[in-house]
Amino acid sequence: MTAILTNLFDGVAYGMLLFVLACGLAVTLGLMNFVNLAHGAFAMAGGYVCMVLVNRMGWPFFAALPLAFVSSAAIGIALERTLYRHLYTRSHLDQVLFTIGLTFMSVAAVDYIQGSSRVFINLPAALQGQFDVFGVGIGRYRLMIIVICGLLTIGLQMVLAKTRFGSRLRAAVDDPRAASGLGINVPQVFAFTFAFGCGLAGLGGALSAEILGLDPYFPLKFMIYFLIVVTVGGSSSITGPFLASLLLGIGDVAGKYYVPKMGPFVIYTMMIVILIWRPNGLFGRTAAR
Amino acid sequence: MFERKIFSRAAAVAAIAGLAAVAPAKAEDTVKVGLILPMTGGQASTGKQIENAVKLYMQQKGDTVAGKKVEIILKDDAAIPDKTKTAAQELIVNDKVNFIAGFGVTPAALAAAPLATQAKIPEVVMAAGTSIITERSPYIVRTSFTLAQSSTIIADWAVKNGIKKVATLTSDYAPGNDALNFFKQNFTAGGGEVVEEVKTPLQNPDFAPFLQRMKDAKPDAIFVFVPAGQGGNFMKQYAERGLDKAGIKVIGPGDVTDDDLLNNMGDAVLGTVTAHLYSAAHPSAMNKDFVAAYKKAFGNRPGFMAVSGYDGIHLIYEALKKTNGDTDGTKLVEAMKGQKWESPRGPISIDPETRDIVQNIYIRKVEKVDGELYNVEFATFEAVKDLGKTKK
Repeated sequence: MTAILTNLFDGVAYGMLLFVLACGLAVTLGLMNFVNLAHGAFAMAGGYVCMVLVNRMGWPFFAALPLAFVSSAAIGIALERTLYRHLYTRSHLDQVLFTIGLTFMSVAAVDYIQGSSRVFINLPAALQGQFDVFGVGIGRYRLMIIVICGLLTIGLQMVLAKTRFGSRLRAAVDDPRAASGLGINVPQVFAFTFAFGCGLAGLGGALSAEILGLDPYFPLKFMIYFLIVVTVGGSSSITGPFLASLLLGIGDVAGKYYVPKMGPFVIYTMMIVILIWRPNGLFGRTAAR
Repeated sequence: MFERKIFSRAAAVAAIAGLAAVAPAKAEDTVKVGLILPMTGGQASTGKQIENAVKLYMQQKGDTVAGKKVEIILKDDAAIPDKTKTAAQELIVNDKVNFIAGFGVTPAALAAAPLATQAKIPEVVMAAGTSIITERSPYIVRTSFTLAQSSTIIADWAVKNGIKKVATLTSDYAPGNDALNFFKQNFTAGGGEVVEEVKTPLQNPDFAPFLQRMKDAKPDAIFVFVPAGQGGNFMKQYAERGLDKAGIKVIGPGDVTDDDLLNNMGDAVLGTVTAHLYSAAHPSAMNKDFVAAYKKAFGNRPGFMAVSGYDGIHLIYEALKKTNGDTDGTKLVEAMKGQKWESPRGPISIDPETRDIVQNIYIRKVEKVDGELYNVEFATFEAVKDLGKTKK
């Protein structure tokens, strides 16, 4: 029984992490209809910024996390203004080629600057180890991930559903022409959203160094996971990718625990089954744009 | 302007004529070594260490041996066997190299094997560690290690030191399977029991579920082999999950506590016992000089890949000395067989029958020395041959 709960806890933490990493992609892919395969590069940038701040400059971990967000968002907005905006109206193939190229460039750049070996972020002692709640092992670091990511999810949902910015964004997505006719500055809304998505990825990258490992190949290694989250969750809302991330996280952990021989296949099998059952993802819009 | 051109051309002709008078054609004065290494990609740290070590050796010993100038031509294969093969072909056909060397991973070493056989030139393997490699060509000589060497030794050590139940966690690829099989073979023969066996995917993001399984199996120790780089993540999660407090030790071949990364792994690795060929803390005078020179030149500690590269280039130098500069490939391989020398890792030799390395395997424990983490050697198994050859 305790093994089940520990696995559930680990799975939720893993899923939450996937969500923070991938939800930016859900926004660009689903809301802005732009295929951004370079999403992982922004996550990696955040991770490396956090590593340099904490390990080399002696910043406290919790102070470095917001900066990981800010720096990835800044890189995101710079690239959006200079490069990405020219590709919004191009075909998906062009977008894929462009962003995959960007991914390879980011891999080479980080390899050149920081070297290819895996890096770790020095954690404060308070985040290390595990404590027991009625025999269920709770990892401190994973608990922190769940708390941070949980709060972020609630915040995101509130912003999208309740604020003026949220309604502008939804309007801009549903019908950009009508939205700009109503005086909404659509490019600005998209740019801001894009930057925010990149920032979230950066935060996710910083958080994931401990669990997933951070090296220059991060964007390529985890691209597939991001895409699974978005395709399974459907990309029309935040709740879809969120639930998909949780499902995948728990499924992956449980699969590896209970059937280690099949471990890596479990999430792919889940993806195939879900997509056969619901081709637009769990919460996809049935009516295509 | 015109005049000057004529003059310089005349000077050049004179210079060439002069050179020709002093020595025979230039090509015969140079010995070319084609070094094929992963300089980019996930194995790049291996490539960089070997390249550094070769450079260091040539700085120390000079670049001439037996009257010949040694020239290194470096090619990057990113550990992709297809690229290794292309690189080896180019080196042999266009650059007319006398040796090919390096090879970060087993598939790369195997890809070049038929070319070495056809071209009749020595292939010096400086990294890849699967047993079969040296059987694939009579021109292959290895200066690194085989996984069987360290895996069988750690199994014997575990049996003797009261470890009865072991759970294994190995990466699911050829070297991982080699490590697992040789460990199991010796460990069960010695009366030990493998209670849990997990193979993790090579691209493994999270060890958590596997480690939880290990913890619930309650073994005396976990036998671990993961590729260099993943070791740090493994050790961190091992401590996070409290396996160290549950009294479950970590044992394995030394890849998991590679000197290259060890110092960044945190105190969780303290007490990990591994069997391996080299530790930067090896207490010989020669090693102290080697570590100091390497640190001075490149700013970090040498690992077992660096020492394998250092010995590889040494073997090439010694072979040339023995043939008196004769670059006939078959003679060079003959000259390499049975070579014995003192390496920074300790005394080593090349087995004349298998062309594989014979070396001491040390049992080491991770300890803190002067505030840094090191593998401190506390027991030695002398002159261990590779036990994994299919033809015995």
